[in-house]
Amino acid sequence: MKKYLLKRILISIATLLIILVILFLRLEFMPGSPFNDEKLTTAQVELLNAKYGLDKPVLVRFGNYVKNMLTGDFGVSYTISKNTPISTLLMSRLPISVKIGGQAVLLGTFFGLILGIIAALKHNTIWDTLTTVISVIGVSLPSYVFALGLSYTLGFKFELFPLLYSSKLPFESSILPTISLSMFTLASIARFTRTEMIEVMGSDYIQLAESKGISGIHLIVRHQLRNALIPIITVLAPLIVGLMTGSLVIEKIFSIPGIGSLLVTAIQSNDYNVIIAIAFIYSAMYIGIMLLVDILYGVIDPRIRLAKEESHE
Amino acid sequence: MSDTPLDEKMIFLEGDFEFVPREKGVHIDETFSNQSYWKDVSKRFFRNKGAVMGLISIAIIIIMAIIGPNLNAYTYDAQIITQQNLPPRIPVIEKLGIFDGSEKLYTSTGIIDQNKYISEDGSVTGLEDVYYWFGTDVLGRDIFTRTWVGTRISLYISLMAVLIDMVFGLSYGLISGYFGGKVDNAMQRFAEILNGIPNLVVVTLLIIVLKPGLLTITFSLMITGWIGMSRIARAQMLKLKQQEFVLASRTLGAKDFFIIFREILPNIFGQIITNTMFSIPTAIFTEAFLAFIGLGVPVPMASLGLLISDAFKSFTTHPYMIIPPVVVLAVLMLSFNMLADGLRDAFDPKMKEM
Repeated sequence: MKKYLLKRILISIATLLIILVILFLRLEFMPGSPFNDEKLTTAQVELLNAKYGLDKPVLVRFGNYVKNMLTGDFGVSYTISKNTPISTLLMSRLPISVKIGGQAVLLGTFFGLILGIIAALKHNTIWDTLTTVISVIGVSLPSYVFALGLSYTLGFKFELFPLLYSSKLPFESSILPTISLSMFTLASIARFTRTEMIEVMGSDYIQLAESKGISGIHLIVRHQLRNALIPIITVLAPLIVGLMTGSLVIEKIFSIPGIGSLLVTAIQSNDYNVIIAIAFIYSAMYIGIMLLVDILYGVIDPRIRLAKEESHE
Repeated sequence: MSDTPLDEKMIFLEGDFEFVPREKGVHIDETFSNQSYWKDVSKRFFRNKGAVMGLISIAIIIIMAIIGPNLNAYTYDAQIITQQNLPPRIPVIEKLGIFDGSEKLYTSTGIIDQNKYISEDGSVTGLEDVYYWFGTDVLGRDIFTRTWVGTRISLYISLMAVLIDMVFGLSYGLISGYFGGKVDNAMQRFAEILNGIPNLVVVTLLIIVLKPGLLTITFSLMITGWIGMSRIARAQMLKLKQQEFVLASRTLGAKDFFIIFREILPNIFGQIITNTMFSIPTAIFTEAFLAFIGLGVPVPMASLGLLISDAFKSFTTHPYMIIPPVVVLAVLMLSFNMLADGLRDAFDPKMKEM
């Protein structure tokens, strides 16, 4: 177990380092320098280089770069809001993205579980087919299709919800984005729960529990769902990716001032520092969650750990 | 055996037998004709209605992508300034009251019903004989032509995804699994590190270096698209390489290359086709997503994502613009998913019950 953990942590650190190296190399090989003003003499340029530490060897500069990135010092924004430190920009936008992402995860998980359980309990009936259809649609359609559909019908035609996000009505205006973002989570969880539940329902220990007279909601929740949900960790990774990419589009459609829409604006206006900062944050988040998932595997179910170790060797 | 005492003792008389009527449910051995693997697979596949529907839809979309842009006189990039924002109008069907070129405009003063093709007061608009089947966009370009040109991009992306999976992912996984040991270890660590970088980040970093466009999208697919396939190929290889038929082949003097591609590959074809099919919708989605955030193919090219993104800007006033690309994209994604599901069930019927 220890060896496995250590290996996973090392891989994660290596991945993060490689991302940092790529970001750093991009800076190194960009043409020009910050001081390419023709009026500056060579001596002045050298002085400036010394002041900003640009005359140091590459490794020292890389070390500084890593230190800055890890402490959240991403430099300033060039075009979006001139000379504002990016960390300030991020701090004002992160809570909104996290809030909507969190709402979407909760909503999607809740309804996904319910749909999955219904499909498994009513296996091979019309309910099962209906759930399968819903989950296939949810997995295959990009979230902006839902977003556009919802905002046209519920938002525009029936005027039930605001079309755009506004800070005055933070809850009402976050309902449509949350629903559109949650569809992918809902569909994946429903699909997964159904598969696992059907497998668990046929197992010996459920038959034992039934023969002891346990039935109804107690049997479903305590005995079936609990065991069915252990491997749910495996779907976490695609879900996170779905949320990340989904948030970009959803935040653009509903003009939510979050991280995703900031990245889109930064890409469109070539604000490199902002792009790099967000790319780094996304990578760090993703790597961190993957590591957590792998550690959880081992802690929760030794069978999964062993299987995973085998597949790695 | 004929002269054993047992044989002599057994004498059957007529009364020992009686006719049993069919209705009593006598078990009669059924003989099944021997079915080849592929025949079996195709039989299971065609029994799956969703998968067949997906296959037909994909075929229709491919045909339309090939002939669609040539079906009318308009080109995908010709802008006719006098014919902007025209709603769909289709000959013959227009007599039924739908697709007749009229649209409802929701303005601050109320709802206006208008038809830009034919003016109500009898004045000449010059558009009486003009038909745009899906309407025109804000620059006066034919949406029908643009939709099918855009579909070509999505289909090109699908083809790329398949090629990358087949050429790169497959070989990587098979080689890594077959040789094992240090080679495998190094190759797996490399794949793991690459897999740790979110796709979104890879794409954004590529965009900084390269210009947005088809080439960049292809590159980003190449960097991360093959990892899923390589894992499956490797896992299958690990399972199969210990089996007797591989040993037999090696004993007969087969070289590594022959064993990998001629002995093992045909045995894992089912999983590979299934997995390739699953990677297509992901690739199409990546392109549509990139186009939507402004990183797609450059103008005046059209892709489904770009069309959706353009039409989105005016989708409350002219909703007809966004419907064709969204519907084609949705049908394409859904069809590939259903096809993949159907193939998986056909290749591996054990999975179906799960």
